[in-house]
Amino acid sequence: MSGKKFISGDEAFAQGVRLAKAQVISAYPITPQTIVVERLSEMVEEGELDSKFLHVESEHSALMAAMGAAATGARTFTATSSQGLLYMAECLTYVAGGRFPIVMMNANRATALPWSIYGDHRDSLSLLDHGWIQIYTENAQESLDMAIQAYAIAEQEEIRLPVMVNLDGFVLTHTYEAVDIPTQEQADAFLKPRETWDKLDFDKPVSMAYTVGPDLNEEYNLLHHKALLNVAKHIENIDVSFEKIFGRKYGGLINGYRTEDADLILITLGSISGLVRDVVDELREEGVKAGMIRIRFMRPFPAEELIRETAHASAVGVLEKDISFGFEGTVYSNVNSALSKSAHKISTYDFIGGIGGKNISKEDVRSCFAAMQKKESEEVRFIGLEVEDDI
Amino acid sequence: MTSESTERINAENITEDEFFFGHKACAGCGGSLAVRIALKVLGERTLLVEPAGCMSAVSFNYPQMSFSNNAIISAFAGTGAVLSGLKAGAEVMGWKDYHVLGIAGDGGTADIGLQALSGLIDRNDDVIYLCYDNEAYMNTGIQKSGLTPFGTSTTTTPAGKKGKGNLKHKKNLFEIVAAHDIPYAATASIGYIEDFANKIKRASEVRGTSFIHVLAPCPTGWGIDTSETVEVAREVVDNGLWYLAEYYDGEYHINRKPKEFKDIHSYIKRQGRFKHLDEEDIKEIIAQRDKTWKRLQQYSVGQ
Amino acid sequence: MIKARLTERKKIRRLSELPQGGSCTAGILIEKNAGWRNKRPEVDPEKCVGCHQCYLYCPDGVIVKAQKGIVIDYDFCKGCGICAKVCALKAITMEDER
Repeated sequence: MSGKKFISGDEAFAQGVRLAKAQVISAYPITPQTIVVERLSEMVEEGELDSKFLHVESEHSALMAAMGAAATGARTFTATSSQGLLYMAECLTYVAGGRFPIVMMNANRATALPWSIYGDHRDSLSLLDHGWIQIYTENAQESLDMAIQAYAIAEQEEIRLPVMVNLDGFVLTHTYEAVDIPTQEQADAFLKPRETWDKLDFDKPVSMAYTVGPDLNEEYNLLHHKALLNVAKHIENIDVSFEKIFGRKYGGLINGYRTEDADLILITLGSISGLVRDVVDELREEGVKAGMIRIRFMRPFPAEELIRETAHASAVGVLEKDISFGFEGTVYSNVNSALSKSAHKISTYDFIGGIGGKNISKEDVRSCFAAMQKKESEEVRFIGLEVEDDI
Repeated sequence: MTSESTERINAENITEDEFFFGHKACAGCGGSLAVRIALKVLGERTLLVEPAGCMSAVSFNYPQMSFSNNAIISAFAGTGAVLSGLKAGAEVMGWKDYHVLGIAGDGGTADIGLQALSGLIDRNDDVIYLCYDNEAYMNTGIQKSGLTPFGTSTTTTPAGKKGKGNLKHKKNLFEIVAAHDIPYAATASIGYIEDFANKIKRASEVRGTSFIHVLAPCPTGWGIDTSETVEVAREVVDNGLWYLAEYYDGEYHINRKPKEFKDIHSYIKRQGRFKHLDEEDIKEIIAQRDKTWKRLQQYSVGQ
Repeated sequence: MIKARLTERKKIRRLSELPQGGSCTAGILIEKNAGWRNKRPEVDPEKCVGCHQCYLYCPDGVIVKAQKGIVIDYDFCKGCGICAKVCALKAITMEDER
């Protein structure tokens, strides 16, 4: 299967995993992730993918099984969403600290309560500190491409860390788009089979996932931190070699749009970025120096890139689908911390929207730019509310 | 799986290699004996999984590593899942001639790890799961687990003015496992170590998942002398409070039915964890023992 | 014979000297367990017939089968006394550590 196909984000991701030749796949179903594992099961059954598919009884086991397989040197994949991601949370720190380069797709979905199967980013953003590389994709094509790139990043010798690729639930996972499916030859030229010294070995037996006392524990955490920072160093090279083979490129940790001279910049994650770009174009027509930045990697966090990209801005807003209750949006906290080190003073705004799948309209996006333009108060605001906030 | 193993393992023919050595388990630890013997039976090409618990805590502190074979520690609840992952990985890597062994305690198996164990048996992956049962959460300081017997004083079921210790009987873990129609399951005691060793061997010859539940006294948690571990582990079989049995080909087999159960008083009285029990409690323990044996005998074949 | 071996602990001075992944070498010991012991098992070679039940039942694997009888590795023996209990011929006695 290659060439242009009309497929959903989940299906596109499954195609990417097939092309990356994941050798062991373990997963537990949860809406809206299910399609990716259904497609992969079919591929294994049809013989399109030579892989072991493990039917596990929980998300916790999905990640533990992937870890066991990764410990033998195999390339592994799992996928989840929302409560499932939270259920496996203890395993996230485990596989990251153990330096297992597992790739996981997360279909971003609201976290209960209240229940909602629709999308927001509270699931993955609440786990930013668990030591994984976190990527947010914008469309089905990028999802397929990042499934392949994720393995190149995860398995890079100076990195060797797990990667979580986040797709907006339903908006991205279930929406059909024309996607160019590369050939297996292209994928093989880009991604070699996994090779590692860090595995179980009968000739040189090892102990894996061990205890380190207070004397050296902090040092191990520093090693982990440095490995994650190394992503920034490698992502551009990986993207360049990807472009040579596939003819598509995504840039580095962020993706700026009309930022060169922008005075007002709105920062986003994931699938809402297209709408924000449209608004930026409209505002430019109206003479407003608007721009936008899509953060592609929340970890490592693109602090330097954001400072560079906002060099001419007087105000920067973050439009995000999450809230860290009792404070502000998590993306905003990260952005604000980075921009505090900027050479010039930038006003910063936090716009919370799209929670639990709430629609974000063009008017909502325009209202974000308007607030920045009018220099309104910088307090955290929830946008698109359908009722009056009288409490 | 019907055929008996050809050569029985004993002190003379078991390998002299020690794969679990220099560990920091308490003196006289029954669990460490089970781990040591299991690995000697299976040999150097064994991929071992252990969850958080005594056996990993005493053996896996960088840089002191007591296992000489390949070993990995799993999250507490994850033993069954890591076993499946290791097996799948070993298969896709094309490895040959190896065993995949998981060793977890009673809490790690019958409580927090039960779901993953059930998933493992359901997938029927060709691995061995060994539960060493010391009848409480010993690593965290003797708290009640699902396999703590009736009447046990633990730090979370303390015997006091009102309390009689733990009021629940042990979960029937062996039967829970057998109910999955697992290819091979067995119970054992470190008091009868050759029987245990040979069950490990038999498990290694079975295709599909096998499970062994070995009773392994803990001097610290049971309130016995460090030298008494093996003796107590024999006595509990001789008095019928523990049983040696197997499940294969869809049928239960009792391996050893004492003609007459040894009186349980000495077993109860010698252990600190039971010292508060009175005659009425001992009667309750005997009644539960007899109920278990009646049930086992009803659905067991042969002897 | 495969067995974890005692090595001198290497002082780690730089991050690069730590294991750079999730695994480290198996079977490495940096400490003995001899200090745990209050009593030490002593074997009477006259009584020992080499049945090796003590070897089989030792939780620490510190009893090594010898040409005749057994040898005890006192570097790692914790003095639990199981060997003395399982010896049918009472060839092992537990003596106070001096």
